[in-house]
Amino acid sequence: MDFELNELQIAIRDTARKFAEERLAPGARERDRQEIFPREEILEMARLGLMGVNVPEAYGGAQAGAVAYSLALTEIARGDASAAVTMGVTNMCAELICAAGTDEQKRKYVPRLTAGEYVAGAFALSEPHAGSDPAAMTTRAERKGDRWVLNGAKQWITSGDVAGLLVVWAKTDPSAGSKGISCFLVEGGTPGLVVGKPEAKMGLRASHTVPLLFENCEIPAENLLGAEGEGFKWAMRALDGGRIGIASQAIGIAQAALEASIAYAKERKAFGRPIAEFQAIAFKLADMKTQLEAARWLTLRAAWMKEQGLRFTREASMAKLFASEAANRIAAEAVQIHGGYGYVDEFPVERHLRDVRVTTIYEGTSEIQRVVIARELLR
Amino acid sequence: MNFELTETQRMLRDTCREFAERELVPNARRWDEEHRFPVEAVRKLGELGLMGVAVPEEWGGAGADNVSYALAMEEISRGCASTGVIMSVNNSLYCDPILRYGTEEQKREWLVPFARGEKLGCFGLTEPEAGSDAAAQKTTAVRDGDHYVINGAKNWITNGTRADAIVLFAMTNREAGHRGISAFIVDLNSPGVTRAPADRKLGINASESCSLYFENVRVPAKNLLGKEGEGFKIAMSTLDGGRIGIAAQAVGIARAAYEAALAYARERKTFGKAIAEHQAIAFMLADMATEIDAARLLVLRAAALKDQGVRHTAESSMAKLYASEMSHRVTHKALQIHGGYGYSKEFDVERYYRDSRITEIYEGTSEIQRIVISANLLKA
Repeated sequence: MDFELNELQIAIRDTARKFAEERLAPGARERDRQEIFPREEILEMARLGLMGVNVPEAYGGAQAGAVAYSLALTEIARGDASAAVTMGVTNMCAELICAAGTDEQKRKYVPRLTAGEYVAGAFALSEPHAGSDPAAMTTRAERKGDRWVLNGAKQWITSGDVAGLLVVWAKTDPSAGSKGISCFLVEGGTPGLVVGKPEAKMGLRASHTVPLLFENCEIPAENLLGAEGEGFKWAMRALDGGRIGIASQAIGIAQAALEASIAYAKERKAFGRPIAEFQAIAFKLADMKTQLEAARWLTLRAAWMKEQGLRFTREASMAKLFASEAANRIAAEAVQIHGGYGYVDEFPVERHLRDVRVTTIYEGTSEIQRVVIARELLR
Repeated sequence: MNFELTETQRMLRDTCREFAERELVPNARRWDEEHRFPVEAVRKLGELGLMGVAVPEEWGGAGADNVSYALAMEEISRGCASTGVIMSVNNSLYCDPILRYGTEEQKREWLVPFARGEKLGCFGLTEPEAGSDAAAQKTTAVRDGDHYVINGAKNWITNGTRADAIVLFAMTNREAGHRGISAFIVDLNSPGVTRAPADRKLGINASESCSLYFENVRVPAKNLLGKEGEGFKIAMSTLDGGRIGIAAQAVGIARAAYEAALAYARERKTFGKAIAEHQAIAFMLADMATEIDAARLLVLRAAALKDQGVRHTAESSMAKLYASEMSHRVTHKALQIHGGYGYSKEFDVERYYRDSRITEIYEGTSEIQRIVISANLLKA
């Protein structure tokens, strides 16, 4: 049992922390207000190795492991949760191609994702009528000679409008249920890929979320990722890792909210003394910190298991469930501690509360995490 | 970073698990009902080295680390929470301060037989009017030649009914507030010591606690533990370790409740299927398992810091706060899953529920943990 970070992990974490403090946090409010995608910042993150933290060096990654990835994503989210989700999805796509792709697919696409040639990757699984139940998807892929032709609609696709590469799931055998789903690599700008208007969201406003339409969108046959019919399996595997990412993001947002609250509580006076000296406030801070630490260790344990090549489905879902729910409570308390100031965007905590809200929803709602955990417990 | 246990840690955990399964689980309900102190089980714990898990072998202990101690506490408490607290008090509250502050001579006489489990120790800090506010204590120790004369009362002393010795806190200088407190090792068979009958409690009924009265008890000056005035520091640093033990106890109780609920939910049918297949129940189980894992990680992290010799005050408090409140929630849900059977003494879950309740109170209430944690956060 050893809870210490190694040198590489510390180096990556500190790099991400410095970048988040210097380059992300100062502009986060303005980007949130105006829904500005942090393109320049994302490209800088790619140069720092943050777009392929757990990707082999051979494909342009930092090859630093899943624990380092979790630490880095937490730090980025502490500065700007929108940049963090963009980073998370790109890393997830790069890792998925490394796991499921052919040599040629890996050589062709992964370095473009990790190096920032593509500003982002996108993960197109959800549909208007298939969210928690992805096997209910209706997007179709049909083979025509040496091409696949995609038709259908996808929903809530993070970075879907800016992505250089989209990983897209579609049914290749509609009669085979989840075993009839396959996974494809679609380059941004492919004819027939129609990008809808970005959603107006409650939070993560500097990340782009769009609906996609595939209208006879043709891609080369070699862009099938993994074997035909294996798509569902790869999606679930990618989501196991993705959940560590979202848990890490939630922790970063909660950390920022807690730090803002501590600073405010020391400063703000009521009844002649700093509010931090009232147990009503001090005890909130204690609970926030305790929950944050519990979330952090659940998340790092899941990341460590992934790094060891162990099965980590249950642990990733526990981390995601706990971290996202705890982070929501923490951000809500942060607003409460700030009083009226917490409700205005002069202070960051109302943004934290809006940003963190989605973490109990995307990459598997809390309810889906409980389904996964219970299934694992009852196995 | 490595979340795997070492070979030694795993072996000790497995030994404790088997011991609990064989010696504790079959008896715990009866011991609770009869309020019977598990004399035999405690003796066997001593033989296994579990009464001084983290005490070096040269001082009669098992020579294991604090991570092992936490794992052992979880397993023993899963079998019987009362046995868990008896063990915890001897390990954390009695042996540990003597190991850290005792002289060679004190360790030979007052540590070795206790770490071996031949004798039983206890810890006397709390008083009728000084619980969370330990500095408000009234027990006094007055120097008289080569002795101290002790007068006062202590209460809620776990193991107090049977202990051979106590690490006792008393005021040697009233004017100095908490800096006037000193620690002593006191032979509980000394003249002037009176033990009140065991307290009647909501839970952990097989462990005994009682009030102790000290009336002109003469203690040799060489039994001063640490220096005069160091008592508060000794007490607080001892509790930093003790809280790891109680947090591990809370995890053990919660695990027992969760395991019972899981088994029951697979078995019990409603509306044509096992209740585990209803999301109402399955989701409770998912939350319980998640919280247990979170608590265990906090506990082991605090134990690992103690093993490194690093200050772990806030981490111990976070582990204790979270694990104890988690245990309350988990045992509550386990009882709920059992329905009417959960309320019945025919099943164990009502005992788990009662036993878990104390973990939010002793060795620092949840409120005290929050004071410790927030003070730590705000001083940075």
